[in-house]
Amino acid sequence: MGVIVLLIIVSVFVAGGFLIAFLWSVRTGQMEDDYTPSVRILFDDEVKSAAYKKNDKIEENVINHLSK
Amino acid sequence: MAQHCYHCGVDCDDSILWNDKVFCCAGCQLVYQLLDENGLCQYYDLTDMPGMTAKGHFVSDKYNYLDNEAIQEQLIQFKVGDQAHVVFYLPQIHCISCVWLLENLHKINPGIIQSQTHFEKKEIKVVYQPSLITLKELVQLLAFVGYAPVIHLGGNDWLKKKKVNKKQLFKIGIAGFCFSNIMMLSFPEYLSNNAVELGNLRVFFIYINLLLSLPVLFYSASDFFISAYTGLRQKWLNIDAPIALAIAVTFSRSVYEIVTQTGAGYLDSMSGIVFFMLIGRWFQDKSYDSFAFDRDYTSFFPLGVTVLQDGNEINKPLAELTKGELVLIKTDEMIPADSILLSDGALVDYSFVSGENAPIEVMKGTLVYAGGIQKGRAIRLEVVKPVGQSYITELWNSPLLKSEKNAEKSFVHPWSQYFTIILFAIAISSGIYWSIYDTSKIIPAVTAVLIVACPCSLLLAVTFTYGNVLRWLGKSKFYCKNASVIEEIAKIDTIVFDKTGTLTNHAETRLDYEGVPLSHFEMLAIKSITKESLHPLSQLIAQYYFSKVDGVVEVNKIENFIGKGTKANCGDFEVLIGSASFLASNHIAVNQQPEGSVVCLAINNQFKGAYKVNHTYRSGIFTVANNLKKRGYQLHLLSGDHPAEKNNLIQILGTDVTLLFEQSPIDKLNYIQQLQSQGRKVMMVGDGLNDAGALQKSNVGVAVTDQSHLFTPASDAILAGEQMSVLDELINYAKKAKLIIVLIFSLSIIYNMVGMYFATSAQLSPMVAAILMPISSISIVALSALLSYLVSSTIRSKN
Repeated sequence: MGVIVLLIIVSVFVAGGFLIAFLWSVRTGQMEDDYTPSVRILFDDEVKSAAYKKNDKIEENVINHLSK
Repeated sequence: MAQHCYHCGVDCDDSILWNDKVFCCAGCQLVYQLLDENGLCQYYDLTDMPGMTAKGHFVSDKYNYLDNEAIQEQLIQFKVGDQAHVVFYLPQIHCISCVWLLENLHKINPGIIQSQTHFEKKEIKVVYQPSLITLKELVQLLAFVGYAPVIHLGGNDWLKKKKVNKKQLFKIGIAGFCFSNIMMLSFPEYLSNNAVELGNLRVFFIYINLLLSLPVLFYSASDFFISAYTGLRQKWLNIDAPIALAIAVTFSRSVYEIVTQTGAGYLDSMSGIVFFMLIGRWFQDKSYDSFAFDRDYTSFFPLGVTVLQDGNEINKPLAELTKGELVLIKTDEMIPADSILLSDGALVDYSFVSGENAPIEVMKGTLVYAGGIQKGRAIRLEVVKPVGQSYITELWNSPLLKSEKNAEKSFVHPWSQYFTIILFAIAISSGIYWSIYDTSKIIPAVTAVLIVACPCSLLLAVTFTYGNVLRWLGKSKFYCKNASVIEEIAKIDTIVFDKTGTLTNHAETRLDYEGVPLSHFEMLAIKSITKESLHPLSQLIAQYYFSKVDGVVEVNKIENFIGKGTKANCGDFEVLIGSASFLASNHIAVNQQPEGSVVCLAINNQFKGAYKVNHTYRSGIFTVANNLKKRGYQLHLLSGDHPAEKNNLIQILGTDVTLLFEQSPIDKLNYIQQLQSQGRKVMMVGDGLNDAGALQKSNVGVAVTDQSHLFTPASDAILAGEQMSVLDELINYAKKAKLIIVLIFSLSIIYNMVGMYFATSAQLSPMVAAILMPISSISIVALSALLSYLVSSTIRSKN
């Protein structure tokens, strides 16, 4: 029967582990946003398109537009 | 040929073509170019036309005040070395593309280290290097790509709110952990029925339970005790008092039984009750974080203004603006304080302040009021009154608003008082009964009554039903500030509407032309001329012809007279578009100018006709009004506009609706108060700053908004404009919430009676309590969800 005592103590500690995991996740703000991470994971890494060339003229245009 | 702008999806002609893509304006094109150049075109692949229209929305000088260090300090959350963290509220976030672009900002500017969005709160957290990009440049970049942040000073309140929320989750987590373990360890006790000798194990289990119940009692349940204590100190028995009493009695009796080894106690029931009730509260408190319900006028005003001092432009925080200073207001900027116009002429849009439809021409030397938006070119003003004393802001200092909304106690609280009284009556009578027949059963019976008859089922019925109703209303884009708003809606008997922006749609301005029919070429000429001017009325006219004629023709000579009109040559035509006085000054007789018109047209010195600006009524709005009347609501209409539409409205709404025009914000506020003094419960439905006072004063203030990211004045609820057509159903649904609660409450009374039978006969075993408690709680939660779902069918079908 003594083993039951041990098992109970172990089970409470295992459950306690989950409780600590829950408290930690709340503390670090993982419960705050339940939408963005699900979207974020679907984004592809870096798509290098042919258009990826630095074009100084466009940058100038933007700067001009900004300072207009 | 109508096409959609590749960036923002607005209908446009193909005048700007770039990379085989059509853009509605240079702004949209530049945003596209910027993204294209930085390899960020995936923005357009994730969602079709995800962008925000750039046209006229981007004013780079607008953020000059961010160079002010005092303002920067308030915004930057923290700064270590060359790294600063800042959080912005970006109400435009609406799709996956938004998230993607905002999280890839570092590719556009290397000064941005990391940016992280929070979709539901519509927030972005940016980590950046101030040495590479200033705060102003960062905000400009955000604004440029279409996500102009809404900046509040001293707006760190949301940080506090978050912490409170976390505490609640901690409490739920701990209560849940303890409850489930206690439940598990209690099983042998229930099942053994003393037939199997458990020996020392039994004692071991019970003591572990006792240990586990301590955090529930002292941490998770602490709110109930604190609330009951503060209630009692104010000599008021609130709903938490009987709950706190039940928890305390359950715990003490359990401890007594455990110590005297007479039983296992009711620790499982106790922790279960605490767990379920905490979940109920959390469910009800789940609020709409991205909405702000408590805005005062300061949220509408800019944070900083450009002040002219000795010919230099200086940026100053708005609060430091004093009388006599010269202020520079650029196109689309808001006038921050009542001032005298020093420039030649201005075109001020007061629609937000007064509810008037069309922008107003203001002459040099006249007073312009705070809250108006300058639509013409930059103007100079001399401040006459500081911001806080201006006409529109004075409303907030009005003594009428000082009286807090009489926070009426929920109908649940009187019930809980009756409940407590009946509870004590039963406890005492069962005590008297057992004192006659079996004195050993007095204590068990009395404590059992208090344990079993906790009003938690009542509380659960209320919190879950309101939580569900709030959620369903939210899905119909009717966002209530909290649960008590639902109760207030149920009591309403009078509804007051604002006209401009509430019954009519701000976004859809309709232009009507009245006069001599125009030829195809004439229309083409007018379209081409008006397209050139940035004047909002001119833009409207161009839009009016956009769907009527295709293409443009060359305009030879164009002359703009600020505040008057435009004169242009196009082919053989000389076209004059402008005010009646402008035409008169060019020796053109304006005959039969239609009432309420704003722009007159003459071609080759012949008066042709006039344009009238009308806001279109929202679809279905009159059906709603008639339905509400049938349901017995008294309707009123308060408009700041001129009474041109009066006869029209009487015809549609009927003569039993009070129509009042040319109402100032104070008039509206007074009118609400007058209705209230007649004992009426008033719901105010409005949108602008001019309704803000009335919204605040009314029993339920509903702010109508067409774009959820636009500012709404302080209110109890926010309603999306398109949902105005189901307002009657939404009100009806909120009313039914009380009915649902009463129904569920009757169910919980049945549970209580069963429990009472066991309790008063002193037979309440821990097992009966442990079965009754979860069954009643879970069935109440399920029934509440089911009923609020079924009843919501009326609002769901119209979505």
